[in-house]
Amino acid sequence: MVERTPFLNFFTHLILFIGFVFCIAPFVVVVIAASHNLKDVNDVPMSLLPGSDFWVNIKTAWTTADLGPKLLNSFIMAAGVAAGKVIVSALTAFSIVYFRYPGRMLIFWLIFITLMLPLEVRIVPTYAVVANVLEPYQAILDLTGISWLIEKISGVQVQLSLGLLNSYSGLILPLVATATGTFLYRQFFLTVPDELTEAARMDGAGALRFFIDILLPLSRNNMAALGTIMFLWAWNQYLWPLLITTDQSHAMAVTELKQLIPNVGGIPEWHIAMAGTLIVMLPPLFVVVLMQRWFVRGLIATEK
Amino acid sequence: MEKRVTFGKWTIGILFAVPQLLLIFTFFYWPAGQAVYWSLTLQQPWGGGNIWVGLDNFRSILSNADYWSSITASLVFAGISTGLAMFIALVLAALTDRQLAGSRLYRVVLIWPYGIAAPALAMAFRFILAPEAGFMAMVNRVWPGIWDPGLDGADAMASIIVAFSWKYVGYNFIFFLAAFQAIPRSLIEAAAMDGSGVIRRFWDIQFPLITPTIFFLLVINITESFQDSFGIVDIMTAGGPANATNLMVYKIYSDGFKGLDYSGAAAQSIILMLLIIVLTIFQFRFIERRVHYR
Repeated sequence: MVERTPFLNFFTHLILFIGFVFCIAPFVVVVIAASHNLKDVNDVPMSLLPGSDFWVNIKTAWTTADLGPKLLNSFIMAAGVAAGKVIVSALTAFSIVYFRYPGRMLIFWLIFITLMLPLEVRIVPTYAVVANVLEPYQAILDLTGISWLIEKISGVQVQLSLGLLNSYSGLILPLVATATGTFLYRQFFLTVPDELTEAARMDGAGALRFFIDILLPLSRNNMAALGTIMFLWAWNQYLWPLLITTDQSHAMAVTELKQLIPNVGGIPEWHIAMAGTLIVMLPPLFVVVLMQRWFVRGLIATEK
Repeated sequence: MEKRVTFGKWTIGILFAVPQLLLIFTFFYWPAGQAVYWSLTLQQPWGGGNIWVGLDNFRSILSNADYWSSITASLVFAGISTGLAMFIALVLAALTDRQLAGSRLYRVVLIWPYGIAAPALAMAFRFILAPEAGFMAMVNRVWPGIWDPGLDGADAMASIIVAFSWKYVGYNFIFFLAAFQAIPRSLIEAAAMDGSGVIRRFWDIQFPLITPTIFFLLVINITESFQDSFGIVDIMTAGGPANATNLMVYKIYSDGFKGLDYSGAAAQSIILMLLIIVLTIFQFRFIERRVHYR
């Protein structure tokens, strides 16, 4: 840019090009392998010219792993997590930034700590909670003696039970229960000028009105970024859906991929596996390409 | 940082926080507490509640050689894949930031891997690195038997490291590029006027200015290598061969849900939590000192 550096420019181009090739190669290999037939895909070396069976393989993979309803499930779950995060985090961030109340810092730290321990680390007990979400509340009632009291007075035994295994809420709610979004909003709300709040209050707007009419429209960028990031994150979840959806009707596209791993013994059907992989990887890739600008901006904002 | 202007009715304020508080209580604090409880008790085989066993669960895990090899495997995986993913992304981002012709194309394409689900890319790499069909088959044809992730533990470890690093090069690239672009051009131009070359400018200006990003990514990459690796391990190696890639989260899953040993799995979860916390504190304590915040 400032000076002439022909050698360095040559190396820059060379290294970037190599990086580009390594980055794009797996996508290319998947597409090409998905277009071969059983014999060609197992050729050594595999031909890099696309074969002619692309649509046949896509169709086989689609029916073998029953991807139609699975993609819909993935979509519902990812959209649910994204929407839940965007809404719940906005509410919480508004509460801890715009109000002063006793225990505000405690709430802040309670939420912050959830960043440290991701779902994967505490899967076993979380699974138990989802099997009966009211269990914590039952335990509290038992420990405090309230359930004993109720039984004495009304003769009704308190047995709270609500299982969420194999349900969308069981899939979505635990994934919403983390702090990432809250922080994104908090950092943004702190940059909103105080004059705006003053003006709104002078015009007689209460907290709710200010939130809906001024703060939310201002955070449109953040909402788009957060929504995109969370959609990708939820779509790509693997361990949690694997545990929660034992029932085929709620299985996710990503977990169904496992059905397509070629068996050991026999000629491996890599062409079908790659076709399935392609179908599963396309929707998030499409979102990345479409939302690139927003989501890069959003990621930068989380870093502050 | 605090707001100067706030709203008076704080009861309404608390109401806004209630949904999230309920969620994190039910799905975070309760399970975390439960994990501690389980790790200190043992479930009786025929029901009848848990009996208190103190630290016995921890003792039996820590005296198990399999568990130590799982910790070693996790640390090796975390170290190598974080190093690879960060170094490659740093080089690519620094070069893209030079804004030669075509840099816009790189900027778009190099972040694609970030969008791919770990199991999907694991499937792709399982094919690419398969000893019998993919591209490593050519290598095997020249030197028979040199590559077989199904039999050789080191090969299997290399496979999952490659797959994980590939995804996180894309992730790190986004952050590094953003950090480079946040450096004022005038600073670099002034240095160039003073006669410092590209390399010199990198080490004396750009690198010190992006150390906060490097630190941030270091923490994130290491933490993610413990979690996001699950899908890759499950699809590519299933922990094998001979437990060579049985990373900690995968072991928790297989002991807890396949072996139905909740107490053991809970104790392992606690150890993993402690390990992540210790690693994070260590990084803040010793590495953050070298970070220059503006």
